[in-house]
Amino acid sequence: MIRLLGLLFVLGPLAAQAGACLVRGTGDLGVVIERSAGSLLVVDRTARRQLFRVSGLGDVSHASVVYSPDERYAFVFGRDGGLTKVDLLCGAVVKRIVQAGNSVGGAISQDGRLVAVSNYEPGGVRVFDAATLGPVADLPAIGADGRRSKVVGLVDAPGDRFVYSLFDAGEIRIADFTEGGKPKIQIIRNVGRQPYDALITPDGRYYIAGLFGEDGLALVDLWHPERGARRILDGYGRGEKKLPVYKMPHLEGWAVAGDQAFLPAVGHHEVLVVDMNTWREKARIAVAGQPVFVEARPDGRQIWVNFAIPDNGKVQVIDAETLRVIKTLEPGRAILHMEFAPRGEAVWLSARDDNRVAVYDTESLKVLATLEAIKPSGIFFTWRAHRIGL
Amino acid sequence: MRWDWRGLIAGGLLVAGGAAAEPDPVRQAELLNLLEQDCGACHGLTRKGGLGPSLLPEALADKTDAALLATILDGRPGTAMGPWRPMLTEGEARWLVEQLRKGPQR
Repeated sequence: MIRLLGLLFVLGPLAAQAGACLVRGTGDLGVVIERSAGSLLVVDRTARRQLFRVSGLGDVSHASVVYSPDERYAFVFGRDGGLTKVDLLCGAVVKRIVQAGNSVGGAISQDGRLVAVSNYEPGGVRVFDAATLGPVADLPAIGADGRRSKVVGLVDAPGDRFVYSLFDAGEIRIADFTEGGKPKIQIIRNVGRQPYDALITPDGRYYIAGLFGEDGLALVDLWHPERGARRILDGYGRGEKKLPVYKMPHLEGWAVAGDQAFLPAVGHHEVLVVDMNTWREKARIAVAGQPVFVEARPDGRQIWVNFAIPDNGKVQVIDAETLRVIKTLEPGRAILHMEFAPRGEAVWLSARDDNRVAVYDTESLKVLATLEAIKPSGIFFTWRAHRIGL
Repeated sequence: MRWDWRGLIAGGLLVAGGAAAEPDPVRQAELLNLLEQDCGACHGLTRKGGLGPSLLPEALADKTDAALLATILDGRPGTAMGPWRPMLTEGEARWLVEQLRKGPQR
């Protein structure tokens, strides 16, 4: 019997690769990007194993993923401008287009009908039909100075809106697709120098862009976009020597615990704690390096932080109550990303230079399992399908 | 900052011989990984650019070796390019400039 099960275990993925699709739910599936190989793994986070490897995704360095509302399809945004729709149940590419020369991320609309991609080259946002990947809208990012800007920090917002930032022009824009393919665009200028990434709060109300060119963040209240952008944590590093930043922090993983938010400082080896009632700095937590991702366990009790090179072999766990680092883990070489199970009992970490993904128990902080992967980077679970901004 | 014996030895050689030693094969593999993966984080795995500019040979054709070396070691103030001197010796940076001139090998 055990032998038979073993045989099925081996044959399962092979049979699927030969064209058979799985018949199962997708709520506990996800993907792991293999950034050098141009591929991804479809993974089962309950069984902690790989189901499929899907290749032919192009240059997926810095790739990110959003999901269709039914959690069956992953939309993969590649560096090379590629937008690929992957069927998780069949482990196959449904459709792939190359929509720009150089891209950085994407988003799916509230109703799941539109997929938007933010592009560096040519700078702007392109919007596609999620069913067919046919073109819907092209939104060039031409700043006040008449020059094209790289676009970063693209998220979806309630009301079939997409919100994004112009890195070179220092603007935030809101594209409203309520009336279909001809969006209304609202422009907020002078938000600060070099917004490098952004996030939206889980309730979809506040859009916050981190600034690389100055110490501070730009906040837009999407209930009142007419009020423009407000500067928060202005000059948080004033008077301190700015340390080199060997990798841009990411803001996508919005870390909220109770009424406090946790954000990576830029050029300082600190996590900033913000009081969300006043948007003022509440505390700073010294950490092991330049933070890249600062993510809250879904129950908000722990904050996990990974770091830029040369400290990218460490991950620190912060207790959200005492604001102290409670553990420094060394999960592997070059930890690029962390993804929690939706109820927070486990977290998956990609160790790029060890060619594996490590699964940790978030209470015992012990390793539960490891999976082999080729230079793994981003890990994205299907629960993202139902979160605003992810 | 971590102590790096390679840095000390290379620094010693610089002083003694005036020329930087070529990195050994193990270090060369590490440096190629750094170039592809960590430089690639901003400049693209294929070096065609991202948040940072393209590092392909044609894009760097009008830059001197000395300028490239200075950019790698000391960064470019006012931009997102940081100084890599804490992680690289001069000899290693020089070897990386050679790799940039050759272009990606795959």
